[in-house]
Parts: sequence; C-alpha cells; structure tokens
Amino acid sequence: MELREGEFDDFPMTPIISISQLNKTYASGLAALRNINLDIHQGEIFALLGPNGAGKTTLISIVCGIVTPDSGSVRVGGQDIIRDYRAARAMIGLVPQELHTDMFETVWDTVRFSRGLFGLPGNPAHIERLLRELSLWNKRKLEIMTLSGGMKRRVMIAKALAHEPRVLFLDEPTAGVDVELRRDMWALVRQLRDTGVTIILTTHYIEEAEEMADRIGVIRSGELMLVKPKAELMKTLGKRQLTLHLLEPLEKIPGELSAWNLALSNDGSVLEYTFNAGQEQTRVPALLRCVHELGIEFKDLSTCQSSLEDIFVTLVSERS
Amino acid sequence: MMRRLQLNRHSMFAIYRFEMMRFRRTLWQSLVAPVITTVLYFVVFGAAIGPRMGEIDGVGYGAFIVPGLIMLSVFTESLNNAAFGIHMPKFTGTIYEILSAPISAFEVVLAYVGAAATKSVLIGLIILATANLFAPIHIQNPAAMVVYLMLVAVAFSLAGFIIGIWARGFEELQFIPMLIVMPLTFLGGVFYSIDILPGLWRTLSLFNPIVYLVSGYRWTFYGSGDVSIGISLAVLLAFLTISLGIVWWIFRTGYRLKS
Repeated sequence: MELREGEFDDFPMTPIISISQLNKTYASGLAALRNINLDIHQGEIFALLGPNGAGKTTLISIVCGIVTPDSGSVRVGGQDIIRDYRAARAMIGLVPQELHTDMFETVWDTVRFSRGLFGLPGNPAHIERLLRELSLWNKRKLEIMTLSGGMKRRVMIAKALAHEPRVLFLDEPTAGVDVELRRDMWALVRQLRDTGVTIILTTHYIEEAEEMADRIGVIRSGELMLVKPKAELMKTLGKRQLTLHLLEPLEKIPGELSAWNLALSNDGSVLEYTFNAGQEQTRVPALLRCVHELGIEFKDLSTCQSSLEDIFVTLVSERS
Repeated sequence: MMRRLQLNRHSMFAIYRFEMMRFRRTLWQSLVAPVITTVLYFVVFGAAIGPRMGEIDGVGYGAFIVPGLIMLSVFTESLNNAAFGIHMPKFTGTIYEILSAPISAFEVVLAYVGAAATKSVLIGLIILATANLFAPIHIQNPAAMVVYLMLVAVAFSLAGFIIGIWARGFEELQFIPMLIVMPLTFLGGVFYSIDILPGLWRTLSLFNPIVYLVSGYRWTFYGSGDVSIGISLAVLLAFLTISLGIVWWIFRTGYRLKS
C-alpha cells in the first residue's frame, strides 16, 4: 500500500523519517509488517493507531534498531538505519511501552548513563533542566525502585531525552498512568514539538491521538491502512448527526423528507439526520423548514460529531 | 582510503562506569566474598595441610597453590561478572537501550568485557596481596604475571559474555561456571602438580584446558609449570580467539539479542 502524500501542507516536506517497503516476519511465522511505506515530517506529532498486535511496536523497534527488518529501508534524517546506524540512532529517543529500568540505580545516574550511552559527553546542566521539567529534580538521588509508576514513566522520558534527540518515539506513553500525569505528558509532548522535536506516538487511547496528533496513521495486521492529517481524517471520514426529539411520535418518515438521509427511532419519537462532517452544504436549514411546513413539531434538538474513536472503530471493522 | 577506526568512547565509558558502579553497589558479594573464600582455601590447604605436603618443584606448598587460587577466582569471577553484566539487561528489558544506542557490537563487547575483566583482575591482585600475608611469594616475572592475568580475565570475560547471552534464565547462567568450569579447575592442578598423578590420570589431565592455563600462570611466578609456557600461551590465545569468534557471530546474527 502506497501512502506517500504530497497534498500535506502543514509541515515542511522534508521527511525526518522515510520508510520504504518495510517487511518483517517473525520466526514464528507471524507477518508483523507488510510492505510499509511511510514518511514522517519534521516537527510533527504523528500518532500510529492500531489494535493489539497490529505491528506498531515492531515498526518502532525496527526504526530504533532493536528489531532487524527482513527487507526494505528506513532513513532517519537522511541516514540509513543500518549503514549509517550511528548517525541515525543518535537522532532518536525511545520511551518504550514497558518500564524497563535498572531498579537499583538512582534517577540521576540512569539519566546520565543514557546520555553517555548515546555518545554525548556529560552535561549536568542539561540533565538538571530535564529533571526539573519532569518534576524529578527532588527525586534525583532516589533509587528508581522507590518511585511510583508515574514517576518511573517520567524517568523513562528523561532517559529518552537525555541525548537531545530530534525524533522521539513514545510507545503507549500514557498506558496505566493517571489522568493528571496524562495531561502533564500531553503538555510536555507539545512543548517538545515546539522546540522542533518530531514525535511519533503509538496509543490505544484514541482520545490521546485526537488531542495531540497532527497526522494519524492506522495500522492493522501489519498493513498501514491510511495516513492522513487528523483534521482531514475527521472531515472526510467523520459523521455529524442532527437529532430531533419529536413532540408527537411519527408512524413513518413522510415522503417529503425522502431527500434527506433520515432515520426514525422504533417508538417514532426521534428523527435523526446523518451527514458527512466535511460537507459544506449540510442542508440542515432546508430540513428544518420542511419539517416545520409538514407540521411536525419537536421539543428539542441536538447535534453531535463522531469522534476519532468512532472513525477508528469503523475503519478497523470495515477492513476486517 | 582506509577508514579510521573511531570508537564511541562516551558510549563505552557509560557502560563501563555502569558496570563498575554495580560492582561498587554489591561490594560484599563482588569483592569480599571471593577474597574470603580464597583465604579459606588458603588456610585449609596452604596453612593446615601444606606443612605436611613438602615442596613441589622447589616451592613451598603454601606458595605453590597461590597462582592456582588466583586463577580459580579469576575464572569464576570473570565468567560471572560478564555473564550477569549482559544477562541482567536482557532479563530486566533494559537491553533495548543498548540495542538502540549508536554503539557498535565491538564497542559493547569491549565495554562489558573490559569492566568484567577489570573487576576480576582487581580481585586477583587483592587475593595475591592477601596470600602474601600467609606465605611469602617471590614472583619471577611480575610483568608477565600481570599480562597473563589480564589475558585470562579477558578470555573468561568473553566466555562469560557468551554465557550471559546464551542463558535463558539464571539456572542456565550458573550451569557452565558451576558444573563445568569449577570441576575442571579443581582437577586442573590448582592444588597439585599433575606430575604427581599416576600415568593414566596425568594423561587424562592433559585434556583439561585449565591445566595449561594454571600451569602458565604458575610459570610467571616460579619459572616452572606442568607444561611449557609456550603451550600454555597457545591454549590461552586459542581460547581468546574462539571466544571472540563466537561473540562476533552473536552480534552478526543477533542470536538471542534481536528478533
């Protein structure tokens, strides 16, 4: 499936990550990725959505050098991840899904270790700034095992940012964290984006993608189903609905209203009009005029728009 | 044009320092325990039984067993330190950070093996200093003694690194050091010269590679050994080369490291 989009105007067209014809099948025979083509643009927040086992983590792991692809190529900042792995990996920070840390190390030591591991000389000022921004400064001398789950998650982010990466992968960053921390993380991600860091996040929480992402990719069974700017996705695939709560129930929809895509509830008391979210001419005023002319009275009306979650569920179930 | 070998020294130093800090955190287990164990061996075999044993190759029994005791500790400590060093990140999952860092396989090995070898050389030297309190030791070739000690530490650390990657759990991690290396070491002339064994047992002992390693190290102390120093060195270098080859293969194929 070819999903390189030229119509995307919100970001400079230089891809910071360019993935071409990427395939991965595990020894078990599971085809985790099938012919993935994807460009990630510099400075964007890209959300990769997909059900469990869709291939999100495999894709991230290949870009980061943890899993070896069967075929295809990946370039980060123009550097091939295999041939020029040093330059490519130095640009990447990864916050993995699981809280993998050495529990006996202190917060300061583990962040310092990550910076050194990624080839940079010590910079206590940078580490201090990072720990302060992540509210970890007061915990810097504590062993990681003494921290709460949320704090450990912050440590993982500090480790990933220790070497000042240009690209940050967040694999399910808010899985299992409380609402407050989730909000804090969203703020942090936006702040990072403002400093020019490209963010790629995988998430189960569609709300998270809806809140933060500039573009969204949907992956299922190792195949990239679509990649679109969030606004465009909501516009083209989203639905809006006008609901009229009638004063007197109807037995059936009058023929004069057949020009609209209407549905009547079983008890005849609710009339629903569903239309595309991106439709410029909604024909709602005309519908309301016609309803009035037919003498149909309503006691209340409401409108709603489908969420990204509705779109995602529809997309995934349509293809299955 | 020849490509310059550029080592990522910051990355290597980060791993090396991490491993040395782990050594410091577990000082009792890492340093004091092997020293006490060796001192106990020395007290039992050297001080209690030694006076009844007489001299071997012109060396008092207490002094005779010192090189073997150092080797015994260096073998086990190198294997354990290197094996744990790489196995723990695999076990805890922190290996993701090593695999995603801009560091080559060669540099990873150099850092882990360097740290493990440093620890065992330190332990070896501390045991030597401790043994010197019990039996005066005169070292004929001090420089050769240190170089040989370092080579053995590196060779066994490489082997430990391989075990750490190969092992799926802590049981497998202990399998080779405890059930293969330890018995071979006890039967490898640590506490005796293989010349005092009856014919068949002496011949069988020559199939034990540890005999050559212990003998070579004893040569650096007293200028004599069970076998010639040339053969000992050849065995040591062969061991190093084979271990390096296996490590190279592991990183080339990603064996038990990458999916």
